[in-house]
Amino acid sequence: MATLSEIKPDIAKSEAVLSSDEILRYSRHLIMPEVGMEGQQKLKAAKVLCIGAGGLGSPLALYLGAAGVGTLGIVDFDVVDYTNLQRQIIHTTADVGRKKLDSAADKLKAINPFLNLRTFDTKLTSANALELFREFDIVADGTDNFPTRYLVNDACVLTGKPNVYGSIFRFEGQASVFATEDGPCYRCLYPEPPPPGLVPSCAEGGVLGILPGLVGVIQATETIKLILGQGDSLVGRLLLVDALGMKFRELKLRKNPDCPMCGTHRTITKLIDYEQFCGIRGVEAAPTSPGKAEGTMAEISVEELKKKLDNKEDIFILDVREPHEYQICNLNGHLIPLGDLSKRLGELDASREIVAHCKMGGRSAKAVALLQQAGFKKVSNLTGGITAWAERVDPKMPKY
Amino acid sequence: MPQIQIPSPLRQYSGKQSSVNVPGTTVGEALAGLVSQHPEMKRHLYNDEGKLRAFVNVYVNDEDMRYLQKEATTLKDGDTISIVPSIAGGY
Repeated sequence: MATLSEIKPDIAKSEAVLSSDEILRYSRHLIMPEVGMEGQQKLKAAKVLCIGAGGLGSPLALYLGAAGVGTLGIVDFDVVDYTNLQRQIIHTTADVGRKKLDSAADKLKAINPFLNLRTFDTKLTSANALELFREFDIVADGTDNFPTRYLVNDACVLTGKPNVYGSIFRFEGQASVFATEDGPCYRCLYPEPPPPGLVPSCAEGGVLGILPGLVGVIQATETIKLILGQGDSLVGRLLLVDALGMKFRELKLRKNPDCPMCGTHRTITKLIDYEQFCGIRGVEAAPTSPGKAEGTMAEISVEELKKKLDNKEDIFILDVREPHEYQICNLNGHLIPLGDLSKRLGELDASREIVAHCKMGGRSAKAVALLQQAGFKKVSNLTGGITAWAERVDPKMPKY
Repeated sequence: MPQIQIPSPLRQYSGKQSSVNVPGTTVGEALAGLVSQHPEMKRHLYNDEGKLRAFVNVYVNDEDMRYLQKEATTLKDGDTISIVPSIAGGY
């Protein structure tokens, strides 16, 4: 385990003098020897960059801002929508439709007017990451996709900034600190991303609303410890959080000597095209890309399906979602969850035209590939899934 | 019998079980036992060449098997194998 003195960012406290208002505000920190005046001045001098103002970014930014981190940067280009509010606690119902940066800035300034907030209304890319990271001491990764995960890691290694990492799925989370000199990086842990479509996103698989709270607060804790140089950091450890079992476990992480990014014979010396590296072209393409990549996927749009149904054509709608999703909304389709499909092919009539759908088109693309392999010829994938249906055909249908 | 901890993204292929007991004296044997009990798990753990996928890590207790003897790592009574795939959510 790396000690904090080896990896803590070099933050000088000298110029960060606290006013009497600040001394009052931070009194519960100041009376603890582990923080004290020196630690609070380090916090004030520190510059932390949060990538994303979403699930993880909400608690991260709120707690870092409240704790007295002097300069907080946030990178985000998204707009608040209703599906965010179940977990992204920095945003409120009144913020729906606003830029997440504006919404987050209002809350953070209200909590702590001493905060120097720097907002970056942009997508983090290979073109801007290095320049951006150089202006900060620590980067906290609150993003939601593999290309950006690898981009944040590589840019942290190249600029020598610690990467405070957290990720979540359904009821489970992972957290660690990927350091730059002594500790492992994200690529030491996972050299390659999964092929697109094999690991569902939170939009497809769901996430318990409290989970980004649990994991984001762990990230905030690690960030503050790095600044203070106190305690044992998660460098060299992967913390696994299981909210259902309420179990916290830790696994050993080792620096991989053969790591292409931070090993002894580095082969990656600059940022690359991360969407290509992760096998996708843009996030939009992700859900349907497995089938499209093979060039054999028949797609049908929601408008075409509507027309066929209105014309009373004989269409068998196959819904490959889970029963609890069917309860939210459905197209009167025959429900066979993707995981059961291979065992329940007997329920399908290969002579009929089959349109498979799921929520957004990712799982049904896999279902179509499976059916084609099993010899079904007249089968197509509903592009955009039932979400596209709700958006473009039936606005009364609930979206989830 | 070693116990294998199944992460939530893969539980749909293990009959929703969060852990599975399988016979085996090495990690390789235990994983083979797992995919023979739950064949749909196979393509999520192994690539077409039969190699464990690069985004799936396997731990014996708290140690990464890549730093032990990989699939040949021997197991003793009470050992826990954890499958830890990469997850990216957070937004």
